[in-house]
Amino acid sequence: MSRIDTTFGKLKQQQRKALIPFVTAGDPSQLLTVPLMHELVKVGADVIELGVPFSDPMADGPVIQRASERALKNGMSLRGVLGMVAEFRKQDTTTPVVLMGYGNPIEAMGWETFAQRCAEVGVDGVLTVDFPPEESHEAFEHLQRHNIAPIFLLAPTTNEARIEQVAKLARGYVYYVSLKGVTGAGNLDLSAIEEKIPQLRKHIHLPIGVGFGIRDAATARAVSKLCDGVVVGSRIVQEIENSDEKNVVANVGKLVKELRIAIDQ
Amino acid sequence: MSYNYPDQQGHFEQYGGIYMAETLIPAVEELRQQYLRFRDDPEFKAEFAYELKHYVGRPSPIYHAKRLSESLGGAQIYLKREDLNHTGAHKINNAIGQALLAKRMGKKRVIAETGAGMHGVATATVAARFGMECIVYMGAEDIQRQAPNVFRMKLLGATVVPVESGSKTLKDACNEAIRDWVTNVESTFYIFGTAAGPHPYPMMVRDFQCVIGNEAKEQMPEMIGRQPDAVIACVGGGSNAIGLFHPYIEEKSVQIIGVEAGGHGIASGKHAAPLTGNAKVGVLHGNKVYLMQDENGQIIETHSISAGLDYPGVGPEHCLLKDLGRAQYVAINDDEALAAFDALCRFEGIIPALESSHALAHAMKIAPSMGKDKVLLVNLSGRGDKDMNTVARIKGITL
Ligand SMILES: Cc1ncc(COP(=O)(O)O)c(C=O)c1O
Repeated sequence: MSRIDTTFGKLKQQQRKALIPFVTAGDPSQLLTVPLMHELVKVGADVIELGVPFSDPMADGPVIQRASERALKNGMSLRGVLGMVAEFRKQDTTTPVVLMGYGNPIEAMGWETFAQRCAEVGVDGVLTVDFPPEESHEAFEHLQRHNIAPIFLLAPTTNEARIEQVAKLARGYVYYVSLKGVTGAGNLDLSAIEEKIPQLRKHIHLPIGVGFGIRDAATARAVSKLCDGVVVGSRIVQEIENSDEKNVVANVGKLVKELRIAIDQ
Repeated sequence: MSYNYPDQQGHFEQYGGIYMAETLIPAVEELRQQYLRFRDDPEFKAEFAYELKHYVGRPSPIYHAKRLSESLGGAQIYLKREDLNHTGAHKINNAIGQALLAKRMGKKRVIAETGAGMHGVATATVAARFGMECIVYMGAEDIQRQAPNVFRMKLLGATVVPVESGSKTLKDACNEAIRDWVTNVESTFYIFGTAAGPHPYPMMVRDFQCVIGNEAKEQMPEMIGRQPDAVIACVGGGSNAIGLFHPYIEEKSVQIIGVEAGGHGIASGKHAAPLTGNAKVGVLHGNKVYLMQDENGQIIETHSISAGLDYPGVGPEHCLLKDLGRAQYVAINDDEALAAFDALCRFEGIIPALESSHALAHAMKIAPSMGKDKVLLVNLSGRGDKDMNTVARIKGITL
């Protein structure tokens, strides 16, 4: 069984919800990413979404845009991100790692090379924001061949037919974007999420994670009641941006621990 | 086999597609359905034709640039005068078409990206004309370069939002417009300015711009008794070019030449010529196209004297036409474009846009080695008033 399936299976048994933090690889520096990942696990992360920086992050708000810019300035590349996962796996062989980003860096590397490298270094899932199911046939084939889960986004605007289509292709878990907007926007609507999730469940038999717009412990807790996992990105990345490099690991640890406690309450 | 692209999913062979975040997929799908519904609707077609005639001032004339041609001593250069359109460029053809569609879809808010500002002005214009709210995203660097157009947009009632991210040019304005669209997807129509982006934009923008080539195909025989030997247009995203080229694709005797921005020269790496510069195929802004990028798949900064050509990608249909060998793509450097700009001012009393000057420069380059009976039709995609500041600065003059 894959690391993602094992993790969600265990959580289900324990009747707990997954906490899925997002950090951009290479932000604030290349040396700090792996220590940050270990810290996230230590304070209760179940899955790590590791952002692959891209020059043109169209689906991201200013906070993650700036993180991407910092990471690229630090020389981060897709190759480098894969190296970081290899480094992380030296100590942690159980926590699932999902790479999240845009398709072009992968296109440039080639999907087969990429999927093979993912399998070698221990990446569990891949989410390419700008590759909807319609354009994911090639990606899907290569990821499947190497047992890497293609993670898909669903949105408030997604209709029933598309939910069905995604249900066929998705592995691992499905990521429900909780609002119309870019990452980091602040207008999350709980009742809309509550209404949408049962519609998703009709077709999606995988765990459903909800993200975009989760900014504090209270929202994380409220959202966790409605689904199987909460994804927190911009809030953590903002903490990284606001911290000195020497405090960043501790500060992020403290924040994510608060989220963990809130979700488990 | 006849040429018939794109396919149902918006692919021009391997190019094009709908590479967008999930939130926007239903929006582009709705746009596709609505466009297909109205495209052949007699009432829509009649209204579009009416606006083009009475508001834009079409058909745009073709003009024989006799003195310029004589000075070169070779082929005759003819100009398709898109610069004479209302608002001064071809961009209005497409903006009107999309605004009419937005009206039918009940959208009251339109957004646009702009580089040179011509598409922004065209969008602000049609928004005023049809009573819609208008937001235009423009790179901070382009706001500097194209100050007169920024003022025009504001006069027309649009809000111009400066974009400070990335290279602060057209591609960053596109990113920001897409972010707006994701956020306001239900109320907003994105009037995209070139024949690129997710399906149906490359097809839809092409169809609206084809009025250029369709007119030319009727006008040339009236003027010279036949079609030209070559049609030439500058290529940013590729809308003025595909509008002229598309009706000529099946006219095998007519050579098709697209002119990209060579900046400081292809060898310098400082250019905006993905087709000529042998860029790799990649994915940006909703479509798979030739794309200027580094070995890690990050989009690189482009350079061109003309803001409207300063873009790392190109529309998917041009990628296909290049692969098929049906069109030829070349690059013209900044200084060659400037020389052509000066020449048209002095020989013909026409001030061209710097974008269009690239197409003209290529015609001027090949004309001397051709016979005097040969005819080159250049798309003069816009007028140069907006470029006064840029040209003055290069000439060391303070206005
Ligand atoms: C006058 C003019 N010509 C050409 C272009 C390039 O766009 P496209 O390649 O879509 O025609 C622009 C873009 O701003 C323009 O203003």
